[in-house]
Amino acid sequence: MSHLALNRVSKKFGARKILDDISFEMKRGETLVVFGPSGVGKTTLLRAISGIMDPDEGDVLLNGRSVMDKGPETRGVAMAFQNFALYPHMTATENIASPLRSRGVSESEIQSKVKEVAKLLRIDHVLSHLPRQLSNGQKQRTSLARSLVHNPEVLLLDDPLRNVDAKVRYEMRLELPRLFKRFQTTVIYVTQDYKEAMALGDRCGVLLDGRFQQLDTPAQVYRHPKDTRVANLFGDPPINLVPTRPSKMPDGSLHTNLAGHEMAMPDARHEWAGRDCLIGLRPEHIALHATPQPGAMQVELEAVTPFSVRNVMLLRAPDGTEILASTPEDHPLHNARGQQRVWASIDMKRALVFDRQTGASLLAA
Amino acid sequence: MNSTVVFKGLRGLALIAVGLFFLFPILWVVLMSFMTNADILRSPPSPFFAPTLDNYRGLISGNLDSGTGALTTDYMHNLFNSFVLSAASVIISLLLGVPAAYAFARFKFRLGEDMAFTLLSFKFAPPILVLLPLQLYFQDIGLYDTYFGLIWVYQLITMPLILWIVRGYFEDISPDIEAAFRLDGHSWVKSFLKIAVPLAGPGIAAAGLLAFIFAWNNFVFALILGSSSVQPVTVGALAFITASGIQYGVIAAALVLSVLPTLALALYAQKYLVEGLSLGAVKG
Repeated sequence: MSHLALNRVSKKFGARKILDDISFEMKRGETLVVFGPSGVGKTTLLRAISGIMDPDEGDVLLNGRSVMDKGPETRGVAMAFQNFALYPHMTATENIASPLRSRGVSESEIQSKVKEVAKLLRIDHVLSHLPRQLSNGQKQRTSLARSLVHNPEVLLLDDPLRNVDAKVRYEMRLELPRLFKRFQTTVIYVTQDYKEAMALGDRCGVLLDGRFQQLDTPAQVYRHPKDTRVANLFGDPPINLVPTRPSKMPDGSLHTNLAGHEMAMPDARHEWAGRDCLIGLRPEHIALHATPQPGAMQVELEAVTPFSVRNVMLLRAPDGTEILASTPEDHPLHNARGQQRVWASIDMKRALVFDRQTGASLLAA
Repeated sequence: MNSTVVFKGLRGLALIAVGLFFLFPILWVVLMSFMTNADILRSPPSPFFAPTLDNYRGLISGNLDSGTGALTTDYMHNLFNSFVLSAASVIISLLLGVPAAYAFARFKFRLGEDMAFTLLSFKFAPPILVLLPLQLYFQDIGLYDTYFGLIWVYQLITMPLILWIVRGYFEDISPDIEAAFRLDGHSWVKSFLKIAVPLAGPGIAAAGLLAFIFAWNNFVFALILGSSSVQPVTVGALAFITASGIQYGVIAAALVLSVLPTLALALYAQKYLVEGLSLGAVKG
């Protein structure tokens, strides 16, 4: 039996449908990352599950039983907010103790439990501070501690790493999966950062227009995005989408003119011939060379910008199309400057193909 | 360098001028309260005189010697009335107005805005407009000349003030904080009492204080809807305009006595008052 399930949940704000007939099921202990750009209803979804807000239609089930008749205080769902939502007039200890106080836990047990979770989240040295005396990272940990201290059945995390600096974000991305495992909680994690989705999710739901456009493992979403919108959102630097029309060669294979460069399309399907397509190329699937290589496209290297350990290169193809490529740290062109001629080998085997009109992937069918 | 010194000097002078302008009447009243009527009426007026405590003595004992004859007064009772009326009005307004302000701030309900505006509109209407009919009704239903009747009418002064200032404060509190508290397992009543009210505390204090001062300064309601047994200081001071002349010294002393409580309260809570008003204003 599923632990948490949503059954046809919808919510409208005025004429706008924020959640449009959403259904999914989660196993106990599973982590689902809800990914999407801002304003698609990720927070609304969490509010509907937690009971802060009632959906217009649909049902939320916990352990197979509807919880729609229960208020937020009795659902057994904990939530950490994007803006932390700490109680400004209470110390960190009292903030974390709040869920225990409402459950009538004894004072000594409250103290020991607060200390335990604070130690786990490494905020035990600031427990006597008020929220305004805490750094953003500490606030975030306090808010997380408050949502974990009473071992909730379901934990909802609303973009908790949005308002902390890059270093804390990186640390927490490594720390959170361990925490989730330790508390055996069913987690719904909302984020706009595809890296968090990759790092934390057992499954990832891409929320667009109030629906899950794709609900799959993060790797699958990355490798086989269902359409161009998912492909565009999931990945940074973003995927290159180059318009093309494959054509059939006399020998039966498919060729295409990709940004002014004629190349073969291995593994192509015959029905693509003559169809307006978009070729999706992940920047890491384009290899750059300083010297001519067989089959490589001659391009202008326009600009180089560092990106974590990889570099992102802006290329201009023969027909003027701009293409992004990324190179690893040890690449000879890693420290190159822009404005020079280089050669790009494109891994067409890993290219994605979409319909130009609908944006739908042509690989899945 | 030089110009900033000059600028600072000019600013100091301007501040002193403004300060004198506003403080002079108060200073003059305080001086008058220590003068005999003869000193006050001397022309030209002089700041040099033999100070006397007779005015205060007379007020507190209730027996005034006006020169032409003895005048009994119950000014201390008026002072007591002012306390009872203002404090009770503010307490009732807080008990009813703070939850109402919370409702207006947090929930959208039918006619909500209209109700809030109607309450505010009580502040626009001249009191005289409602006073005469009220007086007739009050005499019919036996509320004339009672504390209860006056406190009820005083709600017209205190309630809109508290409602609108405190509402702005509640709107400034992130609803997420209350949502978080409820998700911790607390009922909404608790989230109101433990989260919303403490966080709006400075605003509630400021609104209460302002409402107290407005209630204290009210004149016309008590003049028409009560007799001397329930009338506050503002009306009580009228008694010193006698047939044999105006007792300026006594009036001044009465003013000083009546201003002291609100002045002390305002000084004590000055910080909250300014903070509260400006925050409410920003929210608009």
